[in-house]
Amino acid sequence: MDIVVCVKTNPDLQMVRVKDRVAVTEAVPYKIGDLEKNALQAAVDLRAAAGGKVTALCLAVGNRKAAEDVKVALAMGADEAVVIDDPALAAPDQAAVATALAAAVKKIGACDLLLFGEGSTDNYSGQVGARVAEILGLPQIGYARKVEAVGGAVRCERSMDDMLETLEAPLPAVVTVVSEINEPTIPGLMQIMKAKSKPLQVWSLADLGLDAAQLAPTREIVSNLAEEQDRKHILFDGSAAEQADAFVNALIKEGVLGR
Amino acid sequence: MAAVLVYSEKVETARELVAGGKELGAALGLGVSAVALGPGAGAAASELAAAGADTVYVSEDAAFEGWPADAVAAGLAQIAELAGASVVLVGSTRRGKETAPRLAQKLGAGCVSDVNSLVAEGGDLVAGRYAFGGATVAREKLGTAVKVFAVMPKTFSAEGASAGAGAVETPTLDVSSSVKVVDRRAKEGEHVNLDAAPRIVGIGRGFNAREDLALGDQLAAALEAVVGCTKSLADFEWLGEDRIIGLSGAKTAPDLYLSVGVSGQIQHTVGVAGAKLIAAVNKDKEAPIFAMADYGIVGDLYEVVPALVERLKSV
Ligand SMILES: Cc1cc2nc3c(=O)[nH]c(=O)nc-3n(C[C@H](O)[C@H](O)[C@H](O)COP(=O)(O)OP(=O)(O)OC[C@H]3O[C@@H](n4cnc5c(N)ncnc54)[C@H](O)[C@@H]3O)c2cc1C
Ligand SMILES: Nc1ncnc2c1ncn2[C@@H]1O[C@H](COP(=O)(O)O)[C@@H](O)[C@H]1O
Repeated sequence: MDIVVCVKTNPDLQMVRVKDRVAVTEAVPYKIGDLEKNALQAAVDLRAAAGGKVTALCLAVGNRKAAEDVKVALAMGADEAVVIDDPALAAPDQAAVATALAAAVKKIGACDLLLFGEGSTDNYSGQVGARVAEILGLPQIGYARKVEAVGGAVRCERSMDDMLETLEAPLPAVVTVVSEINEPTIPGLMQIMKAKSKPLQVWSLADLGLDAAQLAPTREIVSNLAEEQDRKHILFDGSAAEQADAFVNALIKEGVLGR
Repeated sequence: MAAVLVYSEKVETARELVAGGKELGAALGLGVSAVALGPGAGAAASELAAAGADTVYVSEDAAFEGWPADAVAAGLAQIAELAGASVVLVGSTRRGKETAPRLAQKLGAGCVSDVNSLVAEGGDLVAGRYAFGGATVAREKLGTAVKVFAVMPKTFSAEGASAGAGAVETPTLDVSSSVKVVDRRAKEGEHVNLDAAPRIVGIGRGFNAREDLALGDQLAAALEAVVGCTKSLADFEWLGEDRIIGLSGAKTAPDLYLSVGVSGQIQHTVGVAGAKLIAAVNKDKEAPIFAMADYGIVGDLYEVVPALVERLKSV
């Protein structure tokens, strides 16, 4: 089973600070999103069971080092990586990302299963997988927490609002995964070294037969600001009992307790 | 008349969106039509009309059973054309969220998902949603002829809505799904509603073992609070998904949120930003949760929680 895993590199959100209500991403390192690591792990596990090849596919957004950052996917077990990097894609919307990824999937050729995260770390819009499925005319299963290959199909379990479902889609298909599907393994030094010799290609839009006008964003971000939070920031000290006492007294004074 | 088209497989959410869509439509000069899909869906038509729908499109086609994304997106696209829709509002449940972008792609439309505010400004719609894991709120506009918004449940209220004409249309649609249902069953177990809880004890990975969660229960009982958790504990299946607080769980607004063994990453804390008071127990005084707390107890939860329970006995 040949699998393409779509991975995005994002600023590491744990290192993003808010200053004057604006998220500061300059100088913040990028990394592959957590959910895409789950998707990669699922692909590696499927390959162990069903054979085939795993390709990591990344469209570089706002990050000129994506080809470097994507090597983590190779260390995690992908056989090869493809990065779409083009200056015209500085701030693409989800339709543009999906269009470029779908074109790359066609160029990669053999692909039985396309894996995505349920959402990307910074956007978490959950749009790209469904849009790629539509462009390529493929069936889609979202929010998979278990994926297995059965004959010419992929079988997934998922939890949807108030239902538990087991679904089967004929291959090729698009599947998006949630975090509980697995615990991604952290690559060791050996895997990181081995990753250096794995194939990694960088494609431009022209390589995909696309031009920038087709991918112009149709979305305008009017503003993107943190909401104001006004908190007291009182840290107690002392023994557990002393702190518990001070805290409960504070809650009584606040009117939360004891009325 | 061109229309705002509203769809959710959850009738309650659809009613809210019809009421909200009617107000937005009035500002934009658009009527509001609703869609009900799936076997038995026709029963909802009168409720959708009562919430304000001028027209209700009903299809009970068997392909909509279980609302598969490919079939629903295709059906909605066909109805959008019939209705002359320039705005489509879809409930941002998991099903809605996987369907809306596929529909948008079919319609050549832009899409904003997880919308938690939608307002008409200067003849256009501006949608608010969290970005950077919840650290900021992005306000976005779409430049396409048709615009799709996946809107979170409870963004609008159907209370006091004035009824629409509610003409029922039953179009014949060309729909099918290639996804096969092997098994589908209702989730078991109790359901908690964190949205309305006045006090919440939020527990996280600081708890070493499932058995230890009894400590969290004791603290919650002493505070007459409901237990919520981080996604990590739900991923371990120690607690059910409906207890998750945050970006992919409940957005709460209690009088008191007390976190225990929670680091306070933004995807979690966005779900408690509306709390009147935030307090935290964490053994690491550098934990990010303290940066957004009113009161912080630095210590080992295995000592602090019993001390709290003991102290609360005399309140
Ligand atoms: C797209 C996306 C969506 C997400 N959505 C959500 C969401 O909706 N809700 C959510 O919660 N998470 C969500 N997450 C996950 C989130 O990023 C964090 O991973 C998660 O909230 C961390 O959970 P935690 O605080 O329990 O665990 P950790 O981050 O591991 O923190 C455990 C904390 O416990 C403390 N601790 C350890 N032992 C003790 C002790 N004995 N006494 C006291 N303190 C102790 C530690 O100091 C640490 O601060 C999402 C992630 C992504 C990528
Ligand atoms: N720039 C990108 N490159 C590769 N894959 C992406 C990119 N953006 C999004 N994806 C994939 O689409 C999923 C959903 O992204 P989003 O729609 O942004 O929430 C992610 O988890 C990735 O699998």
